[in-house]
Amino acid sequence: MSWTVVADLAAAVCILLGALLALVAAIGVVRMPDLLSRMHAATKPQVLGTVLVMTGVALRLREPGVVGVLVLIVLLQMATSVVSSHMVGRASFRAGQVRRDLLVVDELSDGPAHEEPRGAP
Amino acid sequence: MSPVMRTRRDGSTRPARHRAVQPLAVAWLLVVWLALWGDVTPMLLVGGVLVAVLVCLTFPLPPIDLGSSVRVLPLLGVVARFHLDVVRASVQVAGVVLRRRPVRNAVVAVDLETTSDFLMTLVASMLSLIPGSVVVEARRSTHTLYLHVLDVPDAAAAEEFRRTALALEQRLLRALPPRPTAPEAR
Repeated sequence: MSWTVVADLAAAVCILLGALLALVAAIGVVRMPDLLSRMHAATKPQVLGTVLVMTGVALRLREPGVVGVLVLIVLLQMATSVVSSHMVGRASFRAGQVRRDLLVVDELSDGPAHEEPRGAP
Repeated sequence: MSPVMRTRRDGSTRPARHRAVQPLAVAWLLVVWLALWGDVTPMLLVGGVLVAVLVCLTFPLPPIDLGSSVRVLPLLGVVARFHLDVVRASVQVAGVVLRRRPVRNAVVAVDLETTSDFLMTLVASMLSLIPGSVVVEARRSTHTLYLHVLDVPDAAAAEEFRRTALALEQRLLRALPPRPTAPEAR
């Protein structure tokens, strides 16, 4: 068995696993009870899914130019998903869109009122 | 870190201007530009530098002050452990999604040891990329991160998560030990 066959097999496995994770993320968005839990399902398994699909594509195409673009896609995906999940989570918490009955501990609302000093973001 | 202040001639102070065009940012944008074209020609290089400078001038950002030295081996350890965590936690979240039981969550406060903005950002991003936790609020004045954690059955599990988050910070502090002359000392 030549190495191209092995690489193709590995690519197929990677793409399948990645697609499976994307499916789980989609199911999570439907099934989770509130917005913050949905954010977990929507942003995280999907990042690993993207990484796996990109690895599969790189293994199948085997071109250096393409690999550069794929690495760029993964880096940008990681950078943007962090910021977007934080912004959506923070906005929903401040707007009170949280199922408090699902929270075991809530140290943000239960803590003493805190006035952020001027100049802080 | 509050902005560096400059004193005006009349004695009042204003935040110091920083140079908008930073060499590192231009280099990174050039790499992205070349990767998107998928080719390196003199024309693309010149065009890339021009576009990068234009982007830096249009969207100026403050320079990143690393404020710590870099130890390569522990840093590689942090990166390896991070990948392991991402894979393990992805499987865990997938399990939570697929099982029948309703999920219980928690909002946990993590008081970081570091006072550096850069390290706080790094810890927050890494914790956010590991499935199962999202930063819902960050307090810069007290260096506290508030994280929403998925699948926390009781208070002991919340405590457990706080320990893992602080352990991640400790690993990062070992990999990027702060320089003795901290910029906060100004």
